[in-house]
Amino acid sequence: MEGFLALYILMLAAVAGYEVIAKVPAVLHTPLMSGSNFIHGIVLVGAMVALGEAHGTLEQTIGFIAVFLGAGNVIGGYVVTERMLQMFKRSDQPKTDTGADL
Amino acid sequence: MSDWLSSVWFGSLLIPTAYFVAALVLILGLRAMSSPVTARKGIVLAGLAMGLAILVTFLHPQVGGNYLLMIVAILTSGILAWVSAKRVAMTDMPQMIALYNGMGGGSAAAIAAVELLRAAHGHDVGLLTNSIAGVGALIGTIAFSGSLIAFAKLQGWMRKVWRFPGQQYLNLLLFALTVICGVLVVIGYQHDAISLNMLLLAFFVLALIVGFAMTVPIGGADMPVVISLYNALTGLAVGFEGYVLDIPAMMIAGVVVGAAGTLLTQLMAKAMNRPLTNVLFSGFGTGDDGGPADAGGGSMQAIEAVDGAILMAYAENVIIVPGYGMAVAQAQHRIWELTQVLQKRGVRVRFAIHPVAGRMPGHMNVLLAEAGVPYDLIEDLEDINEQFSQADVALVIGANDVVNPAARDDSSSPIYGMPILNVDHASNVVIIKRGRGTGFAGIENRLFTGDNSRMLFGDAQKMAQELVAGVKTL
Repeated sequence: MEGFLALYILMLAAVAGYEVIAKVPAVLHTPLMSGSNFIHGIVLVGAMVALGEAHGTLEQTIGFIAVFLGAGNVIGGYVVTERMLQMFKRSDQPKTDTGADL
Repeated sequence: MSDWLSSVWFGSLLIPTAYFVAALVLILGLRAMSSPVTARKGIVLAGLAMGLAILVTFLHPQVGGNYLLMIVAILTSGILAWVSAKRVAMTDMPQMIALYNGMGGGSAAAIAAVELLRAAHGHDVGLLTNSIAGVGALIGTIAFSGSLIAFAKLQGWMRKVWRFPGQQYLNLLLFALTVICGVLVVIGYQHDAISLNMLLLAFFVLALIVGFAMTVPIGGADMPVVISLYNALTGLAVGFEGYVLDIPAMMIAGVVVGAAGTLLTQLMAKAMNRPLTNVLFSGFGTGDDGGPADAGGGSMQAIEAVDGAILMAYAENVIIVPGYGMAVAQAQHRIWELTQVLQKRGVRVRFAIHPVAGRMPGHMNVLLAEAGVPYDLIEDLEDINEQFSQADVALVIGANDVVNPAARDDSSSPIYGMPILNVDHASNVVIIKRGRGTGFAGIENRLFTGDNSRMLFGDAQKMAQELVAGVKTL
């Protein structure tokens, strides 16, 4: 990829990441950390490509480790986040105080 | 035909489209996760996008084989991760996040290792790409070993804080050595005595040690910030390796997490009113500085659960302040039961959560949610702090430093300036606490000896149960 194009992508992605988190209530800090932990699990895609183009035992071994670790990240990250988030619910009777955007 | 299929149809159409959709949906998913109403939908969406990206990667034209290895690795690791993530108790979530995050960092580092090896053996990709692979390798490896230490510490496998004079200089030296090795690897340094493979090995081993050495001296109380930082670092490493492999979706997802994680880390450090450098390098939170300067003169007044129950049952306004003690004792279910019996009597019960209560920001929220506490009963520090003065009873469950008035008015205290919950402004304060010792940071707490404070000594779960029983008999 051309260097400057990559730099633009980098900048825009950083801004997006910052904006997405900026207005988050403290309630969701842990699930969000967990969720973002899941999202960098996309490393598995890269690990698969790296293993796919590996030649020789050494490269294959390291590639295998990469896929193994990446799969743990993505699956563990998903399950933990999903378990955490399915617990969040609202009380049945609407309360008068506290904004809905808590 | 099949060549055409793989290079044109898969290579330039199907796979880029799938990756594009995946990157977009991952960001939208993360965005949905930032509101409690849509959070569940967010993770499911992100999961679908991730599944799509992983599936199409099997057809990626750069993948020339090793399918069996790939499937074996994904299945074994996936099953292990699935089972461990399903089984782990909610209280142990923070260390699991640390563990999975470490795996991600390790994966990014291993990708870099493969790419650097390929570059060293004739597959020339240019200096820029090589450098970025090297930086990603360094960050990923540090996040890997650092996260594992964080995991071990939170799991209680590593109680000791390992510190000695001049440690930071040694760490700096280690880091410098690592960088030198890295630079030599990246430029493809050739010498008869040292092969590139050996240099590469030295680079990774040193980077591993740097991660260990950085994390070992940090106390358990600061682990949330550290995990968040490593989460951001893994994101960055993933982003860099995405550039190396020319997979923009990976770049974008990685850098989004890098930026989001950095902001989250800053928010957490800010909630403790300490700059990040202080968390990383001061050794605070280890329990051996900020000695017991002044206990405040008075002595603690104990109370029985029955009397505590009476106090709350006849109150109008009760605010519950959970801390790490609640997590340790798994008391969240009993606390919710207590809340319900009090609500039945017409008592208004709310929960006040300090941003860094527990071992992660929002740790308490997760536990209360697990017990079934609706999130609209739960309030943040800035929303509820004014209301402690109107509360009849504040019930503190295993929280210490986050309710220590010294942070407000004792400039000699190591936590001076940290925003705290003004629990001491309530008419009565009941504190459930296991023993008379100091908290994680090892600082005396004047709250415990205050005139309006009563100590309920014991395990949080047992005490909560007794409080429930007490209220029911009234």
